[in-house]
Amino acid sequence: MPSEGYKNGERRGRGKGGRVMSQEIIATGNSAAALAAKMAKVQVISAYPITPQTSIVETLSEWIERNAYPIKARYVRVESEHSALAVVTAASATGVRTFTATSSHGLALMHEVLHWVGGSRLPIVMAVVNRALGPPWNIWADHTDSLSQRNTGWIQFYADNNQEVFDTVIQAYHVCEDPEVLLPAMICLDAFILSHTVMPLSVPSQEAIDAFLPPYKPEHAYLDPNRPAVLYPMVFPESDLGYPGYMDFQYARQRAMEIARRRIDEVDKEFEKHFGRSHGGMIQPYKCEDAKTLILTMGTLASESAVVVDNLREQGYKVGNVKVRVFRPFPNEELRNIAKNKQTLLIIDRNISFGNEGALFTEVKGALYNLRQRPEIFGFVAGLGGRDVTQIQIEKLVKNAVIATEKGETQENFEWVGLR
Amino acid sequence: MGVRTLIPEEEHILGGNRACPGCGAVIALRTVTKALGSDFIVVIPASCATIISGKFPATPYNFPVLNMPFETAGAAASGVVAALEVMEKDDITVVSWAGDGGTADIGLQALSGAAERGTNFIYICYDNEAYMNTGNQRSSATPFGALTTTTPTGKVEIKKDLPGIMAAHNIPYIATACSAFPEDLFQKVKKAKTIKGTRYIHVLSPCPTGWRVDSSLSIAVGRKAVSTGMWILYELESGQLKLTGKSKYLIDPAKREPIEEYLKLQGRFAHISDEEIELLQKIREAKWSKILSCTE
Repeated sequence: MPSEGYKNGERRGRGKGGRVMSQEIIATGNSAAALAAKMAKVQVISAYPITPQTSIVETLSEWIERNAYPIKARYVRVESEHSALAVVTAASATGVRTFTATSSHGLALMHEVLHWVGGSRLPIVMAVVNRALGPPWNIWADHTDSLSQRNTGWIQFYADNNQEVFDTVIQAYHVCEDPEVLLPAMICLDAFILSHTVMPLSVPSQEAIDAFLPPYKPEHAYLDPNRPAVLYPMVFPESDLGYPGYMDFQYARQRAMEIARRRIDEVDKEFEKHFGRSHGGMIQPYKCEDAKTLILTMGTLASESAVVVDNLREQGYKVGNVKVRVFRPFPNEELRNIAKNKQTLLIIDRNISFGNEGALFTEVKGALYNLRQRPEIFGFVAGLGGRDVTQIQIEKLVKNAVIATEKGETQENFEWVGLR
Repeated sequence: MGVRTLIPEEEHILGGNRACPGCGAVIALRTVTKALGSDFIVVIPASCATIISGKFPATPYNFPVLNMPFETAGAAASGVVAALEVMEKDDITVVSWAGDGGTADIGLQALSGAAERGTNFIYICYDNEAYMNTGNQRSSATPFGALTTTTPTGKVEIKKDLPGIMAAHNIPYIATACSAFPEDLFQKVKKAKTIKGTRYIHVLSPCPTGWRVDSSLSIAVGRKAVSTGMWILYELESGQLKLTGKSKYLIDPAKREPIEEYLKLQGRFAHISDEEIELLQKIREAKWSKILSCTE
């Protein structure tokens, strides 16, 4: 239930840059994503329904069909997710702002086109409702779907509340359309925990969004009969006549990811100036300054862990929480800086790379390897396929890890949380 | 004044492309782009056309091209069309140019979706009757009896009727053509350009490399495909089927040349038995009966 003060109605929210008219509503994560796409004035949308993403695209489809959309736009009702992403790829290559949304098996079906978009350097933004993959069939929260796509060259944001879903869609266009970045982005939100749960949402006015996010005007290669060009042609291993070869294009993509790393922080700060809210850029620390122990999580596990931090601090534990907001580009430097003087790190993954461990656990260890003094690191896999992860469970993990650290014990292998 | 002189001299495919000598597909694309004239965008999925496009940064294609994954020709064209509509650039023609693998097999779903949505574009399949870009593996458009690397003793199934499948989508314009009859192809593309909605043109494009034909005989073998009645030139407009070009004169079965005239030019049919030739004849007659029944 929404708390007092979050009933529908208008109020004046204050940003540092001046007063911004905003409207307080309650909305699901899916509504927040759809509303953000609309207010970003996306011009071409194409999507294929899949639970629990469906209401995002139903909403957008209805707005466009019933002329409740701020600009001229097209919604292309395709026959598969593969085609949905192909449609927005081609539309983006023609020079318009595009949006799509999917989940789980739909994202898996897009896999080939995800790589194509990354290599095409097109600033497509996609909402991904994180859902488990079958078999067995399961429609609940799990990050394995999007983390399986981490090598496709997309920026990946993970939100932990509906306001962040809305704000990150807006921010993502700003980051992705930067001429030095030109990369696509996924805005990931947990199935049902965000997608179908209503929360308070502060919606800025259209004028305020427009002032933050100018229209998309591509200046790189796009389809134009007056400027004929062959987009995404065959490129050989070696360079020729001084032009790049295949590997040089891949290097350029990596460079763009490095620039995106900086731009994500800058855009979050610019956003704060406009709207008075920040989501931390690459990571969002909570009570980390004096902490000896940190919990690192993604998505809604971060909100859960923040509550655990408050509870444990009342019990005398010096604990903090780090929400890894962006998984690609990976916040290596941010994590090194925040972890370097800590004693214990707990990494809770809502995903698993079979035969190894959770993806966040692996990558955090890699990021911290070159620290002279590394904290003890404990890895956990929890909440797969929507299994509930409780505060009590996380509290116990923290307490055990603190004791183990004091005893000088090391975790030999990651642990499963909440197995029945 | 003959039709031939109506084909403009201006070239949209410049010299120095990477097609095999005698490539029917590039002959067809040359004709198609001349008919499109100006203000067009071409979507090309993985195919020989990707390779013919040349090695970065050079290209013989003097028109905007969007290269896309194999199965996306229909969907990608839909994206270009949607973007152009939003941008109010109504004067640009969007064309998908895909091979028979990209059309009849891996791309059929996306093509069917685009046609069902009535997407305003021209889809052209250049049909060289196998996966030629990967070195001649059978496709569903490979004819009965043909040798490919995956049908080393000859294909046992008959060729899929793609124009027939497209006809079931009730789109406003469907045509068949052959790269060996550029005037016929030129007129069909010209006409298609004036029609709104999904238009589908299926161009038989001999592949000397895969069909094992001397490259100097690319046109000759295409002409034999039509004169023997193995490939039928027609237009299907608003449900009305009309034979065109040489096919108009082949309604009487006696007028059709023996199919051996077509087969003997090609190494892919060199092994074929008399029984198989008989079966190919039956396939041909069944096809003609079906087409002629639609003209009544």
